[in-house]
Amino acid sequence: MIADIILVVAAALFIGVYVSWRAGRIDRLHARVETARAALDVTLLRRSSVALELATSGLLDPATSLLLAAAVHGTRGGDRPRDLAESDLTRALRAAFSQPDFRSSISGKEGADELLVDLEEATHQVFLARKFYNDVVALTRDARRRPLARLLRLSGKAPTPVFFEMDDSLIADKPGAMLAP
Amino acid sequence: MKIGLVCPYSWDVPGGVQQHIRDLAEALIDEGHDVSVISPADDDTPLPPYVVGAGRAVPVPYNGSVARLSFGFLSASRVRRWVNQGGFDVLHVHEPEIPSLSLLACWVASGPIVATVHTAIPRSRVLVVTYPVLRTALEKISGRIAVSEAARTTLVEHIGGDAVVIPNGVATRRYRKAEPLPSWPGSGGAIGFLGRLDEPRKGLAVLLKAFEILGQDRPGLRLLVAGPAADPEEVLQRVPAALRDRVVLLGQVSEDDKVRVLHSVDVFCSPNTGGESFGIVTAEAMAAGVPIVASDIEAFRQVLRGGEAGELFATGDADDLAQAAGRLLDDPVRRAALSAAALAAVVQYDWSVVARDVLRVYETVMLGTKVAVAQDEGDWQAR
Repeated sequence: MIADIILVVAAALFIGVYVSWRAGRIDRLHARVETARAALDVTLLRRSSVALELATSGLLDPATSLLLAAAVHGTRGGDRPRDLAESDLTRALRAAFSQPDFRSSISGKEGADELLVDLEEATHQVFLARKFYNDVVALTRDARRRPLARLLRLSGKAPTPVFFEMDDSLIADKPGAMLAP
Repeated sequence: MKIGLVCPYSWDVPGGVQQHIRDLAEALIDEGHDVSVISPADDDTPLPPYVVGAGRAVPVPYNGSVARLSFGFLSASRVRRWVNQGGFDVLHVHEPEIPSLSLLACWVASGPIVATVHTAIPRSRVLVVTYPVLRTALEKISGRIAVSEAARTTLVEHIGGDAVVIPNGVATRRYRKAEPLPSWPGSGGAIGFLGRLDEPRKGLAVLLKAFEILGQDRPGLRLLVAGPAADPEEVLQRVPAALRDRVVLLGQVSEDDKVRVLHSVDVFCSPNTGGESFGIVTAEAMAAGVPIVASDIEAFRQVLRGGEAGELFATGDADDLAQAAGRLLDDPVRRAALSAAALAAVVQYDWSVVARDVLRVYETVMLGTKVAVAQDEGDWQAR
């Protein structure tokens, strides 16, 4: 009799601990999603700042400048969704950089080489930050989908995190690629 | 006069700006001027003798859609060479706030520059005034033309400054003669319509209702409808089944076929219920010499000289349209008179008249200096 009671209490205790551990894990994952998203936002902002700096540097012709400035403008509170606007910026940068002799035409001018290096680094960081963010989003979505998590609503009111997809390669078909030297 | 025109969009892609530049260039050449156009174009595109290709345009996202534009130092140096060799009295750039050849032309050239604004994109203007590199290029423009009052308003509100409004012309010559479509207009009479089928203000619904009335006592009468629609089937459903095989939908047609459509009917109908500022399609029908019956809205009353050059019916009134169209179909003498009146009236909208207005703008900004390669533009090379 007493042994039965102990068994039941122990089982209840075990289940309680397990459930709260699962809930804690989901909570931690959501926190990680938020941190990763913030990191991604920082890298996107840095990339667009460098692109704007390049657009206004006077190193480029006015048409290319306007193209880049308009694309940067689109990523900052335009009416276009963020992922599409950021992809537009990537494509505008790609169009600018794939002009024949683009590099040699501005290389060596004051501040040009530093700006190009900055832009390459910022672009690569966007690629990395996006990868890490989508990684933790995948984990979180998986954890939320488990039957126990769904049954007991372990994710609470936190919204399902969404992947951030965008075109982020400065060289076509090479994700995260830096520019050819 | 030696005139240099700059087109920002690819010559091989159909578009309103390209067509405007082509018509203007040809009208100026007819006036005896020496015209050269520089435009992005694919290398294998056959170009008219007055067009100089500036290389292939690159598809690039701009303002939320993909545009084919020419930018970069290579394009700039092509424009510079063209300006240098052209010895132009005046440079006329189109859409200079688009990141393409026109902006580059303002950048590399100095002297009398005229700019025409076709569409008004407020956001791009905000950008333009923000950045010195663009402002420097655009401040060289000595006179601006807007093709519509709407374009001028946006210009005034967003960038400051002003522009004279010179609307698009009609290339009447291109509409004058064409081969009717096979089997049209036929012996039973034919009525024509051009425009978007599912845009209520274009008024196709009024015409369909009138055709229902007319079609009952005229067994041979047919209706020829050209224009795009999201769902053409739905349009046919609005016609009684007995009349359905006498309504022919062509869908969207090419420029050349549009002229043929105008020559394939006995009466052309413009049933618009409003929202037209000029009625370009009606003017084109006039240029084809087809008798017109149009709704009595301000734009049509003006272009048809208050009914002298075409019948007017009470706007939106299908019965009145049926009566007016019926009278015309029965009276070949009246049709011939209207056709002649329309041909005479449309002359004032011809490109040759528009070109003379544009020439007056050129003369205003020309002060004895020629267009040359800008001196200070070597700035970027020195860095």
